[in-house]
Amino acid sequence: MTQTFMLDGLAIPFEDGQTIMEAAIAAGHYIPHLCYHPDFTPYGSCKLCNVNVNGKICTACTFPAMEGQTVISESEEQNTDRQRITQMLFVEGNHFCPSCEKSGNCQLQGVAYHLKMTDDHFNHQFPHREIDASHPDILIDFNRCIFCALCVRASQEEDGKDVFAISGRGINKRLIINSDSGQLHDSELTVNDRATHICPTGAILIKHTAYQVPIGDRQYDHHSISEVSMEQDSSAP
Amino acid sequence: MNDFIVQLLEANGYRKTRLLAILRAIQATYFHIPKEAITLLSRLLGLPVSHIISVVDFYSFFHSTPRGQYDILFSDSITDHMQDKQNLMNYFSHQCQVGIGQVRKDGRVSLDNTACTGMCDQGPAALINGYAVPRLDRPKIDLIAKLIEQELPLAEWPETIFQVDDLIWKTGLLLNSRLEPGESLLAADARGLNATLNEIDQSKLRGRGGAGFKTALKWRLCASEPEQERFVVCNADEGEPGTFKDRVLLNRYADWLIEGMTLASLLIKSQQGFLYLRGEYLHLFEPLQAKLAERRRNGLLGDNILGKGWSFDIEICLGAGSYICGEESALIESLEGRSGIARNRPPYPVTEGYLNKPTIVDNVETFIAAAHIAIQGGNWFAAQGTEQSSGTKILSISGDTPQPGIYEVPFGTPISAILEDCLAEDVLGVQVGGPSGTFISNREFHRRLAFEDLPSGGSFIIFNRQRDILEIVRNFTHFFADESCGFCTPCRVGTILLSEQIDKLYDGYGSVGDIVALQELGHLLKTNSHCGLGQTAANPMLNTLARYPAIYQSKIKFPHFGPGFNLDEALQAARKIAHRDDSEAHLSQSGD
Ligand SMILES: Cc1cc2nc3c(=O)[nH]c(=O)nc-3n(C[C@H](O)[C@H](O)[C@H](O)COP(=O)(O)O)c2cc1C
Ligand code: SF4
Ligand code: SF4
Ligand code: FES
Repeated sequence: MTQTFMLDGLAIPFEDGQTIMEAAIAAGHYIPHLCYHPDFTPYGSCKLCNVNVNGKICTACTFPAMEGQTVISESEEQNTDRQRITQMLFVEGNHFCPSCEKSGNCQLQGVAYHLKMTDDHFNHQFPHREIDASHPDILIDFNRCIFCALCVRASQEEDGKDVFAISGRGINKRLIINSDSGQLHDSELTVNDRATHICPTGAILIKHTAYQVPIGDRQYDHHSISEVSMEQDSSAP
Repeated sequence: MNDFIVQLLEANGYRKTRLLAILRAIQATYFHIPKEAITLLSRLLGLPVSHIISVVDFYSFFHSTPRGQYDILFSDSITDHMQDKQNLMNYFSHQCQVGIGQVRKDGRVSLDNTACTGMCDQGPAALINGYAVPRLDRPKIDLIAKLIEQELPLAEWPETIFQVDDLIWKTGLLLNSRLEPGESLLAADARGLNATLNEIDQSKLRGRGGAGFKTALKWRLCASEPEQERFVVCNADEGEPGTFKDRVLLNRYADWLIEGMTLASLLIKSQQGFLYLRGEYLHLFEPLQAKLAERRRNGLLGDNILGKGWSFDIEICLGAGSYICGEESALIESLEGRSGIARNRPPYPVTEGYLNKPTIVDNVETFIAAAHIAIQGGNWFAAQGTEQSSGTKILSISGDTPQPGIYEVPFGTPISAILEDCLAEDVLGVQVGGPSGTFISNREFHRRLAFEDLPSGGSFIIFNRQRDILEIVRNFTHFFADESCGFCTPCRVGTILLSEQIDKLYDGYGSVGDIVALQELGHLLKTNSHCGLGQTAANPMLNTLARYPAIYQSKIKFPHFGPGFNLDEALQAARKIAHRDDSEAHLSQSGD
């Protein structure tokens, strides 16, 4: 007998060990997310995937699916909270979308479109963060990091290198690079690494590739992140 | 440095889990964690440089640039402020010629703030090179300034400077009890271990750290895990502002605590325990080590305890300045030598805790209660308290009372009776359970201390009518923002936004919209944060807003709109340059 839980009124089948997110994706349902990626260990930091499970808010990407659960994801309440959390990510860093070469291909932006975010709502923090352009092929603009740790996990779990780490605490969190100088060119990161390509924002960029696809013709210019992400996440092994 | 670090690593058995202890020793010797030290540690421990940097960055007692040889941190608890902290800190700054947040040019002395140091009953307090200095006043500061100028090592300073008192005003069920070393273990053995766990069950003991999980149930769950290696962890992090009862228990009743941990080890079949001691209680480290050694000598710890073939030992691990490390899974991360970031749940520590093995984490008071229950039986304990909250609770009472200190009261006691006990008068409100708990107004003193009504880990701060609610809320909210681990978005960003909003109100630039925004933000933090810190960070604001809307109202300067700053005031510098201050040089804003 297959086990099921209810997601927004629909019965979702799942296997033991699956999270709510995994089961939802397998069944073709999008739950907004930024720090989750099917290829890497769930992390649970962005809180965009927060869903109401039997009255309690849980991260769908880490919380196990269980028989008889009632999960609410697409409610006005959940989506309002998600919008606020996304706005927090925007004001915490320096996200000047019009001048960012990731514009249109950025998941943070894609999620913001999806959630119908039209302003930043909160006060901007305008932190001072340097750019690391030391690597011949790769650029990091720390201003756009949302501390999702996807680069950290990709480097550890797939590249076997451990190039990145997240350091500090509270609002002073920062992404650091594992090298003696602390600079990217001194690290083991290469352009072919998975970690180079995983960033959901414009924080990690590949040099010499900007604007090959013009703005206006990019991924989220024509497709909503729910479509794109369902296609990509469910094709993962 | 090479030799120093190699020796240090040898002393710590090259264990990665000992990273905090290793870094503490480096910080104490070099007044910071030098870059070369990080490179060396990385090589010798086989840890990435970034791992070590992230730990250094996380804990507030570690620094990547040098602090002074005498590093002074003033406790920033609201109670310290109520005891004239700010003036004394300014005085110190003047006497030692060192700015707040700065290191003096000659590198001899540095001065800064730190979160509540657990000395609220004898504040204002500071830490000097990690050692607690309670009851600061001008003469004491003059003396300290002199000793610093003489470059006298801390060990040669008069002991009175570091004298911390145990102020116990009221004892009850627990503190009136007696316990001979080993007595509870023998009692448990005589009764049978399973029967002893049943007694704890019958006592209805619930965890004393605040959350109130049933202790017997937690221990049973852990004991029933198939994994054979299990751990007993005592949570002596005590970071909730206004709490200091564990400090007194650790100082005066260490024997009872160690006994309780040993008892737990028998019941869950564990051979290794950890006492996670908050860094602010450095002064208790040596005495506790001595106590452990004494018990080892007396056959109460180590191999073959009491000749019964039991084996259990305890290692003390010191924190390094981080409130979040009191959260049990963050505490476990810290024990493993990492930053204190709360884990995803499930799995819970009872199934995957320290090194992913089954682990029980309990408060100091919980272990002590369990030891006495093993001797006196479950009914003895359950006879006091209420239906869902048996026994007594040890409170740390501070703030506006002539008798701050420790009070043991039965659960179910009305707040009014507690206020009478400590002779508090003219009370405006009480923060029960610390900033993460509930702020009650003087119309609620009939309410009771109990899990059914007002739960508490032990913090009880009294405020009289002279106090400014917004100032209290501001202090607490900044505390949470400073202590957020920053892992999850709502808490990392939300606590900062909350602090900014409250500062804006406090400074008199609030609008009606700001109050709505505060409420909305508070709710977002409560429901969406990853762990208890973020979930409770807005409590001081939400609690007081519900009870004193008029006070918030009165802070609103601009009822119709809310500029983030006062334009007229911002033009002050321009007026100075232009040498004019006539009415034409001033702007009026709507609402003035
Ligand atoms: C932010 C935060 C800080 C905490 N600090 C402490 C603490 O200092 N001491 C404590 O015993 N429990 C603290 N707790 C509660 C622990 O997570 C845990 O519930 C407790 O140690 C369990 O022990 P008990 O069952 O004996 O209460 C804290 C929880 C949170 C969320
Ligand atoms: S750089 Fe990108 S992938 Fe890495 S933590 Fe920041 S946002 Fe995530
Ligand atoms: S709620 Fe705060 S302290 Fe807890 S995980 Fe999130 S950021 Fe860290
Ligand atoms: S996707 Fe689940 S918390 Fe980020």
